[in-house]
Amino acid sequence: MYREQILDHYRHPRNQGRLDQPDVSHELDNPVCGDVVRMDVRLTDGRVSEARFSGRGCVISMASASMLSEEIQGRSVSELMALQEADVFEMLGVTLGPVRAKCALLPLRALQEGLSRLE
Amino acid sequence: MRANGIGYSTPPARLDPAALRADFPILVREINGHPLAYLDNAASAQKPRCVIEALTRFYSHGYSSIHRGVHTLSEEATAAYESARDAVTAFINAPDRRGVIFTRNATEALNLVAAAWGRANVGPGDRILVTEMEHHSNLLPWRRLAQEVGAELDYIPITDDGRLDLDGLVRRLTGPVKLVALTHVSNVLGVVNPIPEIAALVRERAAAARIVVDGAQSVPHLPVDVQALDCDFLAFSGHKMCGPTGIGVLYGLPELLKEAPPFLVGGGMIGRVERAEATWADLPARFEAGTPAIAEAVGLGAAIAYLGEIGMAAIWAHEQELVAYALEQLRGLPGVRVIGPTEPRDRAGVVAFTVAAIHPHDLAFILDQEGIAIRAGFHCAQPLHEGLGLGPTARASFYLYNTLTEVDRLVAGIERAQALFG
Repeated sequence: MYREQILDHYRHPRNQGRLDQPDVSHELDNPVCGDVVRMDVRLTDGRVSEARFSGRGCVISMASASMLSEEIQGRSVSELMALQEADVFEMLGVTLGPVRAKCALLPLRALQEGLSRLE
Repeated sequence: MRANGIGYSTPPARLDPAALRADFPILVREINGHPLAYLDNAASAQKPRCVIEALTRFYSHGYSSIHRGVHTLSEEATAAYESARDAVTAFINAPDRRGVIFTRNATEALNLVAAAWGRANVGPGDRILVTEMEHHSNLLPWRRLAQEVGAELDYIPITDDGRLDLDGLVRRLTGPVKLVALTHVSNVLGVVNPIPEIAALVRERAAAARIVVDGAQSVPHLPVDVQALDCDFLAFSGHKMCGPTGIGVLYGLPELLKEAPPFLVGGGMIGRVERAEATWADLPARFEAGTPAIAEAVGLGAAIAYLGEIGMAAIWAHEQELVAYALEQLRGLPGVRVIGPTEPRDRAGVVAFTVAAIHPHDLAFILDQEGIAIRAGFHCAQPLHEGLGLGPTARASFYLYNTLTEVDRLVAGIERAQALFG
């Protein structure tokens, strides 16, 4: 499961940090393990122009956040809202059982909950 | 009898885990191409063949509803269910079988005490003491009770080395303390609390207080005698002691239970029911509303017979050997921090730890790749983790079928994870 690509994103996270005055900023945690992920997004003409993630967690949740921050560049809000569990597994290149799936999905859930609060 | 309530009349016989393993069908499984090393016993224990067969036999030959049928099967099933209660009564040396109530698990047993006895006996301004090391099951029912009745909830602290702070307890035994709820063995720190000593302090300084002991991590692993503990209530789960899921036990002093209003109302727990009122059945039926977990109780009886044959003192001695070895091995690993006392004295076979720069989920996953099952997270004790300034932890927990070789595999697996993520 710990493919080289996943470990690479964990060791060298992309887009880690916070945005100044983001359009969307939402934090979620997984109460079972204490993982916390915040997704910050700037939108330009309804599409993602910048994304950052922050938080702490296991290799899977952090790599998922890092990959997602790259994956969503240039995408529209409706495209992001349409992303599913399977898209995250495809992005990670692994399929996970129900417990670890929560780690992998935490960044997407944070992003989508944040987006759903937009006007 | 030692201060922690673990007494031996004679030194325990050594048990042979290799021979006992043959009693557990699941232990022949391979996980990810490796023999299963099941080190998640504090969450739930595996089942010996005799328990699995007891369930099958009961469902195949002896099953029926109980207590109200007058037909042969109902008589037989009632006798089987009630003999399981006798087995529990003897196993914990309860003075009276009417104080042994079957519940779903320890959580339900603790909720029963809070909802039935608690609401009737704890009032505004009363004090409830819990410890900082409680599992959520022995914390949230009391917090809710305190909120409902306007009582005050206070926490008994733990010492820097992860034991209960008895001076802190004494300082809190002031004012109208109605209840002291504490665990016998911490499911994170592994520490065995000296219940008889604590009970003596409570009786001396807060005579009106009742003592509720969470035995979920002790009853499966060491000899427990409720009269030696001097507790008023004891809760535990069958599934952690080789029994089925869905069956647990509340032991309570009958004079306390019979004064308490029912927990759940419905069939099986009534005396007579009229249009406007009802009277309640005597103990223990009063607290066993609805059709109970009959087969599961029979299975628990079989588990108790199995554990009794091996001997709880022998099981405890075996786990002491495992935990002493595990603590010694883990201490030798750079970056590994053991949570709770690092000496095996009065420490059960539960070892929570962190590994520097490796999230416990990742560690648990790497170990699983090698067939080693551990737990990762807060272990339902989030306030304890926060109090210790900890994030989630990894936890290995032992039982009668675990071996020193499995401890070696755990240590080697941690080293491999360090090599991978380091």
